Amino acid sequence: MATAQEEIAAAMPKTLVSQGTEGVHAYIKSGAPYVWVTAAAISMAFIITLSLLILTASRGLPHFWPADLVQGSYQEPGNTAEPLLVEIRSAEEVTTARLQSAGVKIDDSKPLHDRILVKVANRDLLGADFRYLLSDWFTARTSPEDATVFERVEWGNFHGFLVGLVEDGKSVASGADTWAAFNKSIARADELRGKLHDIEKGRIRSINYAIERVRLDERRLQLQGHTRENAAADYAALDVRRKEQEALYEGLRGELDSIKKELARDSLVVKTVDGTEVKLPLAKVLEAYRPNQMNVIVKIGFFFKKIWEFVSEDPREANTEGGIFPAIFGTVMMVLLMSVVVMPFGVLAALYLREYAKQGFVTQAIRIAVNNLAGVPSIVYGMFGLGFFVYFVGANIDRAFYAESLPSPTFGTPGILWSSLTLALLTLPVVIVATEEGLARIPRSLREASLALGATKAETLWRVVLPMASPAMMTGLILAIARAAGEVAPLMLVGVVKLAPSLPLDGDAPFLHLERKFMHLGFHIYDVGFQSPNVEAARPLVYATAFLLVLVILALNLSAISIRNRLRERYKALEG
Amino acid sequence: MDPQTMTSVQTRTSLGHGIDISSMERSQIPTRIEDESIAIEVDKLDLYYGEKRALNSVSMKIPHKKVTAFIGPSGCGKSTLLRCFNRMNDLVDGCRVEGGLRLDGKNIYDRDVDIAMLRRRVGMVFQKANPFPKSIYENVAYGLRLAGINKKRVIDETVEWALKGAALWDEVKDRLDDSALGLSGGQQQRLVIARAIAIHPDVILLDEPCSALDPISTLKVEELITELKSNYTIVIVTHNMQQAARVSDYTAFMYVGDLIEFGNTDQLFTKPSKKQTEDYITGRYG
Repeated sequence: MATAQEEIAAAMPKTLVSQGTEGVHAYIKSGAPYVWVTAAAISMAFIITLSLLILTASRGLPHFWPADLVQGSYQEPGNTAEPLLVEIRSAEEVTTARLQSAGVKIDDSKPLHDRILVKVANRDLLGADFRYLLSDWFTARTSPEDATVFERVEWGNFHGFLVGLVEDGKSVASGADTWAAFNKSIARADELRGKLHDIEKGRIRSINYAIERVRLDERRLQLQGHTRENAAADYAALDVRRKEQEALYEGLRGELDSIKKELARDSLVVKTVDGTEVKLPLAKVLEAYRPNQMNVIVKIGFFFKKIWEFVSEDPREANTEGGIFPAIFGTVMMVLLMSVVVMPFGVLAALYLREYAKQGFVTQAIRIAVNNLAGVPSIVYGMFGLGFFVYFVGANIDRAFYAESLPSPTFGTPGILWSSLTLALLTLPVVIVATEEGLARIPRSLREASLALGATKAETLWRVVLPMASPAMMTGLILAIARAAGEVAPLMLVGVVKLAPSLPLDGDAPFLHLERKFMHLGFHIYDVGFQSPNVEAARPLVYATAFLLVLVILALNLSAISIRNRLRERYKALEG
Repeated sequence: MDPQTMTSVQTRTSLGHGIDISSMERSQIPTRIEDESIAIEVDKLDLYYGEKRALNSVSMKIPHKKVTAFIGPSGCGKSTLLRCFNRMNDLVDGCRVEGGLRLDGKNIYDRDVDIAMLRRRVGMVFQKANPFPKSIYENVAYGLRLAGINKKRVIDETVEWALKGAALWDEVKDRLDDSALGLSGGQQQRLVIARAIAIHPDVILLDEPCSALDPISTLKVEELITELKSNYTIVIVTHNMQQAARVSDYTAFMYVGDLIEFGNTDQLFTKPSKKQTEDYITGRYG
């Protein structure tokens, strides 16, 4: 038997020339497989993220592209032909058997048939916006130059041909020059609509708000036991305020009526593809365009204009038309509020756990409990938020400070404040853990340097430790934002709504209305996708909204990351 | 400072490191601790880490405005003793001190002592340079700001004075706002010394200040120590016996928590009175 010395001598190389570069064993030993495996993991992660973005973008964004209008004749066997003017949305191959089981009268001559999804619009006349057609039966297709899409305030789009323009009941244009006349009057209508919007959403809303304040002030006086007799001056002041606002309102109402009358002056005469003439009041038409006349460059411009409208406008028609600006605003604002709450709270908790608490069983138990909080399902936080924040804290705030508006609650009802607080609780563990890690990484030598210069522990923490731990805190915030911005379930209990009448931030004092309900992109996706009656119209919006949600989270994260990198650059001693 | 030492210091400074000459000169008329005024008096100091006793009834007198060196093998308690002087040991869990340690007659372990005040009077420089990740200027100004000094003029003047005192001014005067982390190791150590002297302490503790430095930087720091002693009481812990011989006036040899021998540096290195000391300085262990 060989001694240990001899075995080692036998295992050690006799030559410097590389030996045994072939074979599985040598390959594994070379380390190449680890490079491949790790590279594959990161590639997978990257590809999945990228395909998520590509998928949502490719399904959502084509919705904004002005597709050509196709006119044709659709004839099912045994029925009369019907003329259609449609936008073709998608095409697929369907088996004959499936079509037959769906009740389509079709023979077995072909195993597969092309089926197209088309937008027929004219919901008020046809009952539905979308139809499935068998491509073979949709014949005599043309693309008429003057086919027009009318975007309307209600009932979705209208596909048809512009025949004439009526002003005050008198026909002012017909035939070829109608389009030019229409463009002139729609510009005028746009201007009037803008004024109307300013008055209704701006000034009248402010007046309503002010009158409501007067009512609440009066109610408060009553609750305090002041009657009209013993506090005449106060009541008189209220009456003056109310009169002022009412006078303002009377003035505006006159203006409003005249604008509405002006707006109602014009209407369009349009013909559908089957020859019916319809009168469209111009007040209800937002825009009209003729996609078949557009070239690619015009279409691209139109595409981006539509995307901008989607991002910047309020939703219409049960969220299936219009934009999603309030949802973007609500999401961002809720996340920012949450950050403002969770950061100081989490940092202070971590400071105590790491710097002040005696490290022992109890501290360790608390630390484990905090870490486990991160694993509690978010809907549970929602329940807690509803039960504690809304029903307990909110109701008590109402009783103490907003008694005048009871029984209608102010804070005792779901709102953006409670949503932010609930999500702050949800993300608190992440911030605590990240901050603790950061604190633990500050070298002891720097704390000693500060203490040796006569700093107290608190001064050392404030002047040296916390600044140096700030990148770690930002990491915590980044993780918190990533989690909070995507949460939907708890928000449904504590403040998110399908349609919020006003933003939580506006021009009426006190400007920030934390008690208001808000819209959220995540909930918007759920609402449009699952609660909408108009499934086909909603589908691209779901993708587009999802795409936008990802972009919003990305933007929030990138800004936090750039702050962190700046801090890291400044306090890079840790790496040294 | 007596005239004899003065000349020897000058000789040393002018010759750079003409240590042998100065040692010879000094060994002829050895100065004695009994003749010095006393800055710090250690009186039967015991220190425990939990159950383990790290210092055994140490008593010594640190002379005023002189350099005192602590030498001894690793784990002998010399750093522990040094860290008692500004109560840095308080940061260690389970550390307990018995006995007295008097600065200007006041026991610093008394209950009514404000540790922050103590540390302003007893500055410390650590083994590894530990500048804050701030600008050079802010590093030096740190202690001043802590003391509530916020006048820009005062801080400006003091920063310049301290950096000159630490022989760093000429190297950094054009980049005071740059990060201190961009300095070399030796510059960082001198910056840390500037930071310590900026708040005008009485005593400066140096805990192996040169162990992480190259020979040139070590030389600069040693020269600096020699210059600083005209204004400050300096206590230095070192592993390097040549360094102790070069820079210190008095040397204490410690071994496993005991103070074995304490006396004039030249005497201790040339005629040690204890066998343990002789074994250590002649390299028989440690």
